[in-house]
Amino acid sequence: MSTMTVDKAGPTRTVKYGSMSRDRAWALRWSYFFLTLFAIFSLVPPFYMLITSLKGSAEISAATNPWWVFRPTLENYAALLSSNQFLRFFFNSAMVSIIVVVITMLISIPAAFALSRMKFWGSATLATGVFLTYLIPDSLLFIPLFKMFALIGDVTGIQLINRWYVLLFIYPTLTVPFCTWIMIGYFASIPKELDEAAIIDGASWLQTLTRIFIPVALPGLIAATIFAFTVSWAQFLYPLVFTTSADQLVLPVGIVTTLIKGDVFNWGQIMTGALLGAAPPLIIYAFLMDYYIAGLTAGATKG
Amino acid sequence: MADAAFGENAVTRPRPAVGRSGLRKALQRKSSVAFLMTLPLILLIALLVVYPAFYSVHLATLNKSMQRFVGLGNFEFLFKRDTFWLVVKQSCIFAISAVLFKALIGFIVAHFVHNIPAKGQRKWRGMLLVPWVIPPAMSTLAWLWLFDPSYSAFNYTLSFFGIGPIPWTGDAAWARFSVILVNVWYGAPFFMIMYLAALKSVPDQLYEAAAIDGANWWQRIWYVTLPMMRNIIAITTLFSLIVTFANFDIVRILTAGGPLDKTHIFATWAFRVGIEGSDIPLGASVSLFMVPILAVAAIFILRDVSKRGNES
Repeated sequence: MSTMTVDKAGPTRTVKYGSMSRDRAWALRWSYFFLTLFAIFSLVPPFYMLITSLKGSAEISAATNPWWVFRPTLENYAALLSSNQFLRFFFNSAMVSIIVVVITMLISIPAAFALSRMKFWGSATLATGVFLTYLIPDSLLFIPLFKMFALIGDVTGIQLINRWYVLLFIYPTLTVPFCTWIMIGYFASIPKELDEAAIIDGASWLQTLTRIFIPVALPGLIAATIFAFTVSWAQFLYPLVFTTSADQLVLPVGIVTTLIKGDVFNWGQIMTGALLGAAPPLIIYAFLMDYYIAGLTAGATKG
Repeated sequence: MADAAFGENAVTRPRPAVGRSGLRKALQRKSSVAFLMTLPLILLIALLVVYPAFYSVHLATLNKSMQRFVGLGNFEFLFKRDTFWLVVKQSCIFAISAVLFKALIGFIVAHFVHNIPAKGQRKWRGMLLVPWVIPPAMSTLAWLWLFDPSYSAFNYTLSFFGIGPIPWTGDAAWARFSVILVNVWYGAPFFMIMYLAALKSVPDQLYEAAAIDGANWWQRIWYVTLPMMRNIIAITTLFSLIVTFANFDIVRILTAGGPLDKTHIFATWAFRVGIEGSDIPLGASVSLFMVPILAVAAIFILRDVSKRGNES
């Protein structure tokens, strides 16, 4: 990935070239100036979420400076974290995301291993097909999928619509193609000699996968896991279509549909909920930024 | 960027001939093992992606109660409705202008990040990528609150500059601007991170040579940076075009298509018609209009992918 070992910029050289080094100093100052502007633009909404979440309802509707909290209070957090409904959303989201990550890994790791190392009829076409699948958006599939699962309910009597676990079938369509695709890339970068040596030593294909490929491609595995988790956590369209009862909702849909009652917006609680909903991806990002970026840049640029 | 060999290429690369009998035996049965290993993937794609895609075409030919075949009746109906053409227009305005601004801002910011000393880059990159990390449904709620008509933080700030209250989501033109603004805010960091990775792969010698030849900054960008980044710019833009065309979250939460259906794009209108209006065939027909643009983009991406596969 993008390594940053070489210092490519900045007036670090000792030899002065007169106007050139002055140019560079100015370029640097302008860079910082514009970067500050862009950083403010990027961070205003999350900052405003935080500010609002600390305000009481009286302060929100008061005509004071909206960019600052004058009487900070945790009442919004207390209200949400003691509400069974909100905890239920959080629990549903966590369950769905974690199980989807496991399903995704169980499907995509063996598939990526087979597609990158074992040639069989149609494997090259399948690898391209996986990438194409990744390009099919959720907004194209939600209507036929909804109708399909409704029909399954009608025909077999197994009611899946309006159950949170229906999402366990749906979300892998978003996560598996991409994870398989980046795992193919990571597996392909492992030297062939490594698995050939393992096979000569008598390892089975399964052992080659678990003892050689998974440990060596661990960074890719982490990147894929992060991707699968954040996509499942953030998904909004499918749960909005498939679940309607309050106890089956996941966090993003729950906040939008239950905290907004008609025209009444309880902004303090909405912002608190949004912040709590944004927290898991943000925490993962804060600790595993390099893996996150590795997965991001792997996606659209290479296999 | 080329540190990992290309997946598809690795698949088709001929395996070295081996003489050991144990290895040969393992290779002989490996194709069946490999097929079993990919079977869950094949089933998933076939049952939950390919089948629904074709089922959607079938649905689009049924009438509202889904009992009668009406052929292209749904499409005829759509072509006669003004709202449909509004949605087509708005989808194109939304996707093209949003992608354009995302690409432009991403390009500029990537240059600024690339310009500063390497030890500070990580910190800035970390801050600038935050919009991409927050689930869009959650961050759009924050934007909705920033745009709020009565307690809007933006209008409060603008009032100090003598700019009157702006109906951010209430007026058609402003609502269109707002959804694009939020989409640019959300998507620009993705471009920034891609372009930054591409910038780092451009050899320094090229810039030094250009500087010695007396190229100014504009010529350095035009003759060195852009040609070197051409591939990544193309693929990122196409990729983002697909995602932006198919966008749902931002428009749904910010305006829900209003005012007067002026900000509906294909996905939100398909949801309104198909799920909320329970006219599933019509909704399926609406969402099928995303297919042409997807197909064109997919062909270009695929061409680029296979080209680079051959190069590596």
